[in-house]
Amino acid sequence: MDFAFTDEQRQLQREVRGFLAANYPLDRDWENQDDRWQELAELGWLGGADLSFVEEAILFEESGYALYPGPFLVTVAFALPWLGAEDREAAAAGTTKWSAEDRGLVPWLGSVDMVVDSDGNAQPARGEELPTVDPTRPLGRLERTNGTPLPGARDVPRARTAMAAEAVGVAQRALELGVEYAKTREQFGKKIGVYQAVSHQLADTYADVELARSLAYWAAWCVAEEDERAPLAAAAAKAFATEAAVKACERSIQVHGGIGFTWEHPLHRFYKRALWLEGFGRRPAELRAEIADALLGVAVTA
Amino acid sequence: MDLRDTVEEGAFRAELRAWLDANLPEERRGWRGGEQRFGDDFGRAWSRKLYEAGYAGLTWPVEYGGAGSPYSFQAIFYEEMARAQAPAHVGVIGLGMAGPTIMAHGSDEQKQAHLSKILSAEEIWCQGFSEPDAGSDLAAARTRAERRGDVYVVNGQKVWSSFAHIADFCILVTLSDPDAPRYKGLTYLVVDMHSPGVEVRPLRQITGEAEFNEIFFTDVEVPVSNRLGDEGDGWQVAMTTLLHERGTLGFALTAALDVGVGRLVETAREHVNGDAGVRERIAAEWIEMQALRYTNYRSLGAYQRTGVPGPEGSAIKLRWSEQNQRLTKLGRELLGPEGILDDGWWHYQQLRSRGNTIEAGSSEVLRNIVAERVLGLPRSR
Ligand SMILES: Cc1cc2nc3c(=O)[nH]c(=O)nc-3n(C[C@H](O)[C@H](O)[C@H](O)COP(=O)(O)OP(=O)(O)OC[C@H]3O[C@@H](n4cnc5c(N)ncnc54)[C@H](O)[C@@H]3O)c2cc1C
Repeated sequence: MDFAFTDEQRQLQREVRGFLAANYPLDRDWENQDDRWQELAELGWLGGADLSFVEEAILFEESGYALYPGPFLVTVAFALPWLGAEDREAAAAGTTKWSAEDRGLVPWLGSVDMVVDSDGNAQPARGEELPTVDPTRPLGRLERTNGTPLPGARDVPRARTAMAAEAVGVAQRALELGVEYAKTREQFGKKIGVYQAVSHQLADTYADVELARSLAYWAAWCVAEEDERAPLAAAAAKAFATEAAVKACERSIQVHGGIGFTWEHPLHRFYKRALWLEGFGRRPAELRAEIADALLGVAVTA
Repeated sequence: MDLRDTVEEGAFRAELRAWLDANLPEERRGWRGGEQRFGDDFGRAWSRKLYEAGYAGLTWPVEYGGAGSPYSFQAIFYEEMARAQAPAHVGVIGLGMAGPTIMAHGSDEQKQAHLSKILSAEEIWCQGFSEPDAGSDLAAARTRAERRGDVYVVNGQKVWSSFAHIADFCILVTLSDPDAPRYKGLTYLVVDMHSPGVEVRPLRQITGEAEFNEIFFTDVEVPVSNRLGDEGDGWQVAMTTLLHERGTLGFALTAALDVGVGRLVETAREHVNGDAGVRERIAAEWIEMQALRYTNYRSLGAYQRTGVPGPEGSAIKLRWSEQNQRLTKLGRELLGPEGILDDGWWHYQQLRSRGNTIEAGSSEVLRNIVAERVLGLPRSR
């Protein structure tokens, strides 16, 4: 029983954090972002490096922490399990970007090349794209053709765990921004962090983030090892971590006061990513209902 | 990262499971805790049995009666004890607080004198930290210890001291130098509870039982050789105790939650299975319990390396206590009118859980600790 990252995994974590921090600083030009897809391919993050899912979870967490803008989540977490060897190679090389349909909606429809539709067919990415709460994550309605059947299968736990890991990164960043601000901002002649109404909100966020991270890593390990608990662990992780991320951002906005409510401050972008992650796929309440079915048996309504 | 048992861990788990099956009487499973622990001789006898089988003090060094096993064995122990719904060892304060503090700060004689007797439940210990005017603010302790030759003469009053009414020894925080600056005038003593001048008065609790007590000290003579650490170093020694109080507790607490969630599921099945709101709340408690479990696992690695629990243990204790309050309240609520009957398991657990956010560092104090020591925010005091 050993629930710590290996030295190599920690090394990977540092590399990812470094790459994303250098290319996606908080003072970036938010309206014109480059997804650096070719660089991701070269780093092996699009499937080329044969990472285990625990390592991929590190990538997702860091992509949330940095608020990486490209369709990494959908290509690697949603679409890859469907693809045959040739398609995987093209995806890993960065030649084809993929997305996958979920309840009629396709993330990044306008910027990917191919889509896995809800019946497991490959389709060219065509259709109407709609803006969402998170400007970097539009959703589209697929214009369906017959498509070509794909050899793989849907991996729901993998997709959910990836979203949970990303949410952990978002929550961690919102916490850090709040802590930094509480250490420096002064009111009534004191740093606002001395006021417990402020510091206790951040302490609660810390506890939330640690618990969310534990669930996300547990789920990631279950997915990587094809453990039978993967579906429940992933449902738990997505429900808890995405809610934790939303709350972390809300508390951080509150701690920032007026500046936290501005477009200029980056916090709202983390908040919007958190809301997207919470809302896409199954919502937390639906996931808890799934878990309740597993614990209590399917509900018999009188 | 591998959540599976290693070969050694698997063997240990299997052996422990078999041992529990063979040695734990059916009627002693699923105890509610509290006073029942000391209601008859079973508690001490059971603790001694655990000790003789090598299951008490798993991570303690062999020379002090422990098994010298890695912390993962301790985690497995709690999991299996919870699974069997076995009563815990009765030496809660000795195992979790006094023992680790003696190991960290004690002399060889002190270690020889007490450690194996804590494990065998020959010695029951209590903790004399809180006073009427010094609760969260432990540094304000006023119980006096005056040096006279090779004894300290102790006068003063402690309060809320769990198990003091049956304890043989007490870890006591005293004020030895009233003129010293804050944190510098405290001295940490081991007091024989059978000494002349020690008087214990049980206090009745919210549950109706009396598990904690006032302790009055009147000219109690404590040999200087019973001091832990140097004179004036009591604050540092007390911090060791508190760190262990919160740190090692994590696994035991989470294991108990696991039992609680299991019971909740059973209660819900019998009473309100179709209620969507209740089903969602139960799922939420299951999720939180798993989150705590794996947070413990994550802290295990660091613990194993340093032997000292990290401050994130405060977050675990904080979340555990709040969850236990929600969980037990829900269990009782599910019973409907039966839930207010005075004799049920949920009834007792729900009332007892109100103490969880006060004992071992109140939730407010724990949030201060997380804010200041983990997040590095400026001190509020
Ligand atoms: C079941 C139980 C068993 C116990 N067993 C023992 C034992 O064996 N040995 C022992 O020594 N003690 C024991 N205690 C005592 C326990 O440690 C104290 O009750 C606790 O430290 C709080 O102290 P207090 O009761 O004086 O409350 P106070 O410290 O007066 O606190 C009252 C309220 O003020 C809040 N507060 C205090 N300071 C701050 C602050 N800085 N910031 C924000 N809020 C603050 C507290 O959180 C609390 O809500 C036990 C308590 C219980 C309930």
